[in-house]
Amino acid sequence: MADQQAFAEQAMEYMPQLYSTALRMTHNASDAEDLVQETYLKAYKGFAGFEQGTNLRAWMFRILTNTYINSYRSKKRRPEEIELDDVEDFYLYRRMGGLEAVRASRSAEDELMDLFSDAEVQSAIDALPESYRLAILLSDVEGLSYKEIAEDLDIPIGTVMSRLHRGRKALQKRLHDYALERGLTDAIPEASLEAP
Amino acid sequence: MTHDPNSPSGVPFAVTPDCEKVMAEVDSFLDQELTDALRASIAAHLESCSPCFEVFDFEAELRMVISTKTHTVEFPNTLRIRIEEKLTYLRIQGSGGTESGGGGEPRREA
Repeated sequence: MADQQAFAEQAMEYMPQLYSTALRMTHNASDAEDLVQETYLKAYKGFAGFEQGTNLRAWMFRILTNTYINSYRSKKRRPEEIELDDVEDFYLYRRMGGLEAVRASRSAEDELMDLFSDAEVQSAIDALPESYRLAILLSDVEGLSYKEIAEDLDIPIGTVMSRLHRGRKALQKRLHDYALERGLTDAIPEASLEAP
Repeated sequence: MTHDPNSPSGVPFAVTPDCEKVMAEVDSFLDQELTDALRASIAAHLESCSPCFEVFDFEAELRMVISTKTHTVEFPNTLRIRIEEKLTYLRIQGSGGTESGGGGEPRREA
């Protein structure tokens, strides 16, 4: 079958990305594997409905998200919508962004890459309430558009934007907490952020 | 002190009205959700305003860090094999079991 052969050729490359997202969704390797497998089986069977030339990656993530929401999430008691504490905008930048002196010859990217471990970033994402976590995974990790996320999660675009905004701030605060725990940063280098 | 009470949008430093507007679009700019015109005008501002550029740069790098470090989990190759086997099985089933390789046995990986 030409179609389904095409599927095998085109869709396999997304498997590691789908798996790492599934792992952050389910918090569990075995559930994540099942979720990815189910996603591929559904996608394979439904591939005739995929419009060639559109974004296959986004389509796969849509199936993954729907499958997660419909099957895996319902295993647990449906989580309550938790409101996040209000965190100020640019939380991390206020505390870490102005460290030009420390940075010296290094790029901001190197600096940040080295500052947080993989496990810290993953655990900061895991700690987010689910509705914020899903929005962040789909946007920041998978690069889907607001519109695609709105469709995947069946929420208005404005809600996508506010979940992303609040979720990212909470994530920044958590990362900063980790850095503090490890003593990697002083509590308040904020004084350096005053207007030049 | 840092927290300028006169800075309504919580922007990290004293800024011009232009900076205020630009700062309100950090998310939509980095998420590539702006119209071309608005995007271009923000990009122009960032070229001439290093405090704003610093913030955008930091937020952009942070997203890259988050994305990169989320994808560092080890992918279980057994999962790929398992899925390929299932798909092969479905394909053979779908074509009446006449495909080469026969018997629903998955193709052996090199």
